[in-house]
Amino acid sequence: MNGAEILIDVLINEGVDTVFGYPGGSVIPIFDVLYRTDTIRFILTRHEQGATHAADGYARATGKVGVCIVTSGPGATNTITGIATAKMDSVPIIVISGQVAAGNIGTDAFQETDMVGLTRSICKHNYLVKNVEELPRILKEAFFIARTGRPGPVAVDIPVNVSNSILANYQYPKDVSLPGYKPVTNGNQKQIEKLARAINEAKRPLLYTGGGIISASASQELLALLDKTNIPIVVTLMGLGAIPADYPTFLGMPGMHGTMAANLALTECDLLIGIGVRFDDRITGKAEHFATQATVAHIDIDPAEISKVIKAHIPVVGDAKKILRELIDKVKPRPRDDWNSRTQSWKDQFPMTYNQANESSILPQYVIDRLNVLAPDNSIIVTDVGQHQMWAAHFYRHRRPRAFLSSGGLGTMGFGLPAALGAAIGCPGQTVITISGDGSIQMNIQELATCAINDISVKVIILNNSYLGMVRQWQELFWDRRYSHTCLKRVSTCPPVCPGPNANCPSDYIPDFVKIAKANHIPGLRATKPSEVDAVLKEGLNQPGPVVMEFIVKSIENVFPMIPPGKPISAIIPGRPA
Amino acid sequence: MIEKHTIIVTVTNRVGILARITGLLAQRGYNIESAIAAPTEDPDIYKIILVVMETDENIEQITKQLNKLIDTIKVIDISHRDNYIVREYIILKVGITPRTRAEVLDLIRVFEARLIDLATDHLIVELTGHVRKIDRFIELLKPFGIKEFVRSGEFAMTEYN
Repeated sequence: MNGAEILIDVLINEGVDTVFGYPGGSVIPIFDVLYRTDTIRFILTRHEQGATHAADGYARATGKVGVCIVTSGPGATNTITGIATAKMDSVPIIVISGQVAAGNIGTDAFQETDMVGLTRSICKHNYLVKNVEELPRILKEAFFIARTGRPGPVAVDIPVNVSNSILANYQYPKDVSLPGYKPVTNGNQKQIEKLARAINEAKRPLLYTGGGIISASASQELLALLDKTNIPIVVTLMGLGAIPADYPTFLGMPGMHGTMAANLALTECDLLIGIGVRFDDRITGKAEHFATQATVAHIDIDPAEISKVIKAHIPVVGDAKKILRELIDKVKPRPRDDWNSRTQSWKDQFPMTYNQANESSILPQYVIDRLNVLAPDNSIIVTDVGQHQMWAAHFYRHRRPRAFLSSGGLGTMGFGLPAALGAAIGCPGQTVITISGDGSIQMNIQELATCAINDISVKVIILNNSYLGMVRQWQELFWDRRYSHTCLKRVSTCPPVCPGPNANCPSDYIPDFVKIAKANHIPGLRATKPSEVDAVLKEGLNQPGPVVMEFIVKSIENVFPMIPPGKPISAIIPGRPA
Repeated sequence: MIEKHTIIVTVTNRVGILARITGLLAQRGYNIESAIAAPTEDPDIYKIILVVMETDENIEQITKQLNKLIDTIKVIDISHRDNYIVREYIILKVGITPRTRAEVLDLIRVFEARLIDLATDHLIVELTGHVRKIDRFIELLKPFGIKEFVRSGEFAMTEYN
């Protein structure tokens, strides 16, 4: 078998059913094998970034390793954003890139780029395959590394001559030998006992859970712990869906755009139990003011996350599922008490609201609220990045894990559509809905063609406010309304200084998303008034295939509450000043 | 408090491992004072010895991140341990005149350094020893006019078997 055949054999061995990608000179041998393989479905995206996000979306929705194959040079560099996105959110993907022939490496050959050097700091691990003899071992290791421990992207760079070289006695290795890589999964007994004691003694305990719960498939265990202890809980963007949003002690998402209840609970708790979280600055705000009254416990599979940002008094390194199982047995049942009443009172006092009745234009929150009612229960929501992402996080009532996919760490605009495409292929039979903004959608809009051609049924919702809304919001709140280059309607005849939407604004939005949909042979629907929202959603959701639903929403709506960047939680802005 | 830390990283001998380690430190904004990468008694294992000026908290983060690299087998910060033999090697070129020559040669004898080359206007000397000894040697030769020196950076081994 040659290297290309070995690669495809390995993919089949590893249970890969779909590969996303884009061909090119240095991967023709691999694509030649794909041409005669019927076990693997290949999806030709329209851009390598799309392929990488699609593999990522597939992995997030299914829990399996996502795979994409691209060519050397520009093909490889186009995957960079996708790899960095997967790294920040701990998503297992394998990016196979072609490389110029080994003998030409280092000569600045046509479409040569140092892929291993470029991806070193943004992937979990990477390889340059020097000869076909080491290819089976490297691929075995790549899958093992991507899916074990803290999952993450692995890049494998395969020179074209390696793909063409014959390996006489090919056998896919059964085991890996990585003396430097042995993820700890069992939590330390003494630490678990210490944590259980702390929980039993705490007056104001608070659970703070994230994407680690999803990665570890630990939702059931988390719910069991909650049912036994009634501890109030905040869930990060990456962790949404780990528990149903209507769970009684759920206080919402914490952080910069978190709920008042979640943030107040962080401020007042005396025991903070972080599980599968990394105390991101968008959660903590100014670190020295974060959870100052609390003993901090931190359960994580990655030892490097312990005390990285916030000092952990009770660290437990290991697999969240295993540790939670042990913890449940060791904690005492805890009845609902004053602390529960207090956190509930914040929830009642500061609900996430909007007032569509007083608005003639559509409020973005209203669209998501209606979507929440009209979308089937088995829906997977995929977002892009910006205001719409925060509204989708808050106003959609998340029901189950792996059903809310969002670029949390890197904040990659353009993630939504290709990731949704990947999720739709990974989860046939589920409704995949991407919620995007007019800015984000344009960053990978070429993947509409991929959806249309392959009949990938992604429901695309565009909340069009004609602004890069989140940046505009910052400009409004912290930069004295100097809307520098955040208006996507702005044309050359606009005055140099613009205070915001006014009577002289251009009437047309460029491009016309409905026409773009139609150009891709996809139905395009548009709502401009609140009364049209339901009809568009219903019609769009009932379409059998992909569809674009554009909602022209109020252009200067803000995401509240908001903690100003770098400020403590106490500086939270609850809403727009009246 | 910023202090000098000597970190021994035991790694699998794979292509690019030095780049991974130095890249990791650079990426997180840490400065490397010195780095040695060298083979060990086991051909599959290399040791990389880093000297980094950082606070204890940052060193903890650095060692955790180094440990996280797939090819890293072991990371030890030996700074607060006395059961390690630490050595450094230096080659140094110093100017001499007929008047100063005897005095310089005297220093070389006292330090048990080895004379490598002796010319009319300069000499070259090598010395192995603890870092403090090397520092002191440089300090004492400075007044005579050091023309050039190159230090190996620290390397170390545990006393125990």
